[in-house]
Amino acid sequence: MVGIVGYGVYVPRYRIKTGDIANVWGADPNIGKALGVFEKSVPGPDEDVATISVEAARNAVKYGRIDPTKIGAVYVGSESHPYAVKPTGTIVAEAIGCTADITCADYEFACKAGTAAIQTCMGLVQSEMVELGLAIGSDTAQGRPGDALEYSAAAGGVAIIVGDKKPVATIEDTVSYTTDTPDFWRREGEDFPSHGARFTGEPAYFRHVGEGAKSLFRKTKTTVDDYDYFVFHMPNGKFPISMGRQLGVPPEKLEDGLVVRSIGNTYSASAMMGLARILDIAEPGSKIFMVSYGSGAGSDAFVIKVEKEIEKHRGQVPTVDDYIERKTYVDYSVYAKYRRKIVALG
Amino acid sequence: MTRRVAIAGVGISKFGELWEQSIRDITLEAGMLCIFDSGIRGGDIDAICIGNMSAGRFTGQEHLGALAADMGGLGNVPSYSVEAACASGGAAVRQAYMAIRSGEHDAMMVLGMEKMSDVTQTEAMNTMSVASDWEWEGLGGATFPALYAFMARRHMYEYGTTEEQLSLVTVKNHANAAHNPYAQFQRPVPLEVVMKSGFIADPLRVLHSSPISDGAAGLVMCSEEKARELTDTPVFIEASTQASDTLALHDRKSITRMDSVVISSREALKKAGLKIDDIGVIELHDSFTISEIMQMEDIGIAKKGEGGKAVEEGITQIGGNSPVNTSGGLKARGHPIGATGVAQIVELVYQLRGEAEGRQVEGVEKGMAVNIGGTGATSIVHILGR
Amino acid sequence: MAEKGVAQVWRKIRAIYNIQGNICKTCDTHFFPPRLVCPNCRRKGQLEDYKFKGLGNIHTFTIVRQAPEDFKRQMPYVVAQVELDEGARITAQIVNVDPEDVEIGMRVRACFRKITEYGGGGLIVYGYKFEPVLKVTGHPYP
Repeated sequence: MVGIVGYGVYVPRYRIKTGDIANVWGADPNIGKALGVFEKSVPGPDEDVATISVEAARNAVKYGRIDPTKIGAVYVGSESHPYAVKPTGTIVAEAIGCTADITCADYEFACKAGTAAIQTCMGLVQSEMVELGLAIGSDTAQGRPGDALEYSAAAGGVAIIVGDKKPVATIEDTVSYTTDTPDFWRREGEDFPSHGARFTGEPAYFRHVGEGAKSLFRKTKTTVDDYDYFVFHMPNGKFPISMGRQLGVPPEKLEDGLVVRSIGNTYSASAMMGLARILDIAEPGSKIFMVSYGSGAGSDAFVIKVEKEIEKHRGQVPTVDDYIERKTYVDYSVYAKYRRKIVALG
Repeated sequence: MTRRVAIAGVGISKFGELWEQSIRDITLEAGMLCIFDSGIRGGDIDAICIGNMSAGRFTGQEHLGALAADMGGLGNVPSYSVEAACASGGAAVRQAYMAIRSGEHDAMMVLGMEKMSDVTQTEAMNTMSVASDWEWEGLGGATFPALYAFMARRHMYEYGTTEEQLSLVTVKNHANAAHNPYAQFQRPVPLEVVMKSGFIADPLRVLHSSPISDGAAGLVMCSEEKARELTDTPVFIEASTQASDTLALHDRKSITRMDSVVISSREALKKAGLKIDDIGVIELHDSFTISEIMQMEDIGIAKKGEGGKAVEEGITQIGGNSPVNTSGGLKARGHPIGATGVAQIVELVYQLRGEAEGRQVEGVEKGMAVNIGGTGATSIVHILGR
Repeated sequence: MAEKGVAQVWRKIRAIYNIQGNICKTCDTHFFPPRLVCPNCRRKGQLEDYKFKGLGNIHTFTIVRQAPEDFKRQMPYVVAQVELDEGARITAQIVNVDPEDVEIGMRVRACFRKITEYGGGGLIVYGYKFEPVLKVTGHPYP
């Protein structure tokens, strides 16, 4: 059955405390508690979606003991691709040692481009068009200085290799829920995204994640009780918990995936990072229910079962927690320099 | 039977940030001065050889041989430039030496020059980096000072060389330059000031580093016969040697010595029939103070690893056993890249003619100049004698 | 003619993305960057592609505090010669480390980073830098 045969993550080393950002703008320094985001990851000045994707993909290849020449498809989902035109995927493919006989494209669907890439790879593997597909969700998210997004917009990447031989976790089912809902966007040529403020909540995030989840429950004829872990896209620490409350998910089943508290919202990598954190620790047989969300708007819901195979792969590459713990704090001025917010520096 | 090659006249412009002078102005100045010093008729010069590293990037002008012939009114004489990074000046001297020695030319003008101050710091740094392996060192952020810092760090690690020893080289060279009217920095610098100057690439500080300079230097070189007609005080080139090493520093077995310097200096002494102790005055290529210390070891005036200690003991001071960089060296005389190798020879000529007022080494008979390119990928050694 | 850097970078992508050099089968010496002729064996040399493992120790290093414009955002940064396990030495930046913690002999591994960009609208050059080897725990069961 189709599933995850290897996965890897990458989180940059730098962190800024949301309280430090609040101090710059005169906001309540306890904003971390209100948002459920206490610190967020910051990419180094020489890191971008291509470098983060490569690091995550190299970890995935090593974890799965994959021969990269067997990979037939590479998709990188992000809303911060370094080039507006010119794929990130080709950089990744070359840097992990793929052959030229691959199909490759970049995806963009706000925060769910990475899970869309997983679905594409599932289709290609199941139709036997490729043996292995590499799906990446990766972002170096930008928030306009002083905007609410600045407290959460973070950087990180997750790479998942999809195949049907000896998966460490099978992907039992997936559905999507998609409408035209402009809750968040970035126009061509703009440096920072715009958003609908409170409109991003009820009609956008909660409706799409909720409907996606319900649709998958119906399709698989399961309920909350059939799952050990839940992951909902994490724009902040509050939304996924409210979502869980609406769907009747006990908070402890969400707890292990809530990486947003310590690294922020890694956008295209956000839900996948929660999934990776669970794959790092879950016992074989565990069942995971994940729903990603992308503004604009849509959700991809997945049912994933952890297999015994996973035990043979742990300890090969750094875990999500290894990356979370490897950190150095920067203050707002260094953050502004690294994130190119100092206009005069270009 | 090959013939001896002499230097009949020398000339040098002031080194420094010459805001009012273009590359044409300083070229002409050094050329006129060496011609006047030698007393040669312009029409008797039968070729011009230029040492220059990168006028194309620094000023936008190449084809400096023709430029010099034109500016100097020397008409149709053959002219050309040679490039060997920071050793371009030495390479020009050596080209003229070989041309005259072979009999092809009888009297040549050799000019070294660089006009570096007309570009931004970024452009200047990047242009200097092309003397190293640009693609595999410079492009990734290993600036030129960084490569010398690599050597300094390693020398300190392997031999216990100290920051103070690195700094004493600066103190000595500035003290010497105080008496050199052509030097960029004609003032002494106290040790504390050197040791407190800012880091550019740890452990190297601003005052361990040669400056960005404009300047030109010139020689009239000719056959012995011609020289005797022109002057009573000809200086002879007793050996001219050159050696190469890997372009990139990381490809060397050891980065605490420069094999090119070891080989070319040993060969030069052999050709001249001399020992290193016979050399009374030495110009070394102190682009950074660590390179003076390493070259002291490489030419044999200090044992391997003991160059720093030898500086402390004062053997390289005027009055010491082996005075080094009486001119102030690259550090204090200034380092207009293509001019440096020629300026070293100018200083040796002043010393051998007894004209180095205020910095004269007494009773000096032989002098040696070591001019290196890049991080030691080229080394050109000349031994001069009266 | 080509836009600045494009062909120059493209032709060495293999080498700079994956530290691909070569090995001379005659004298068993590894080279990086790849050499066109073995400097030891010259015409007797037999060169074959070799992908370095990307692990090594710091041979020497410096902290750069004066650099061209393109590096301004990174300053101060560490650049080093890394002695790779196979024997070749390579010049590269050391990242993910505080400069004051770097020392000769430090164990490092290759990582993938942005090396330079040709201006805001130009080509981005990616390639190897090095970082201290990362702790890998591999979670035990909770």
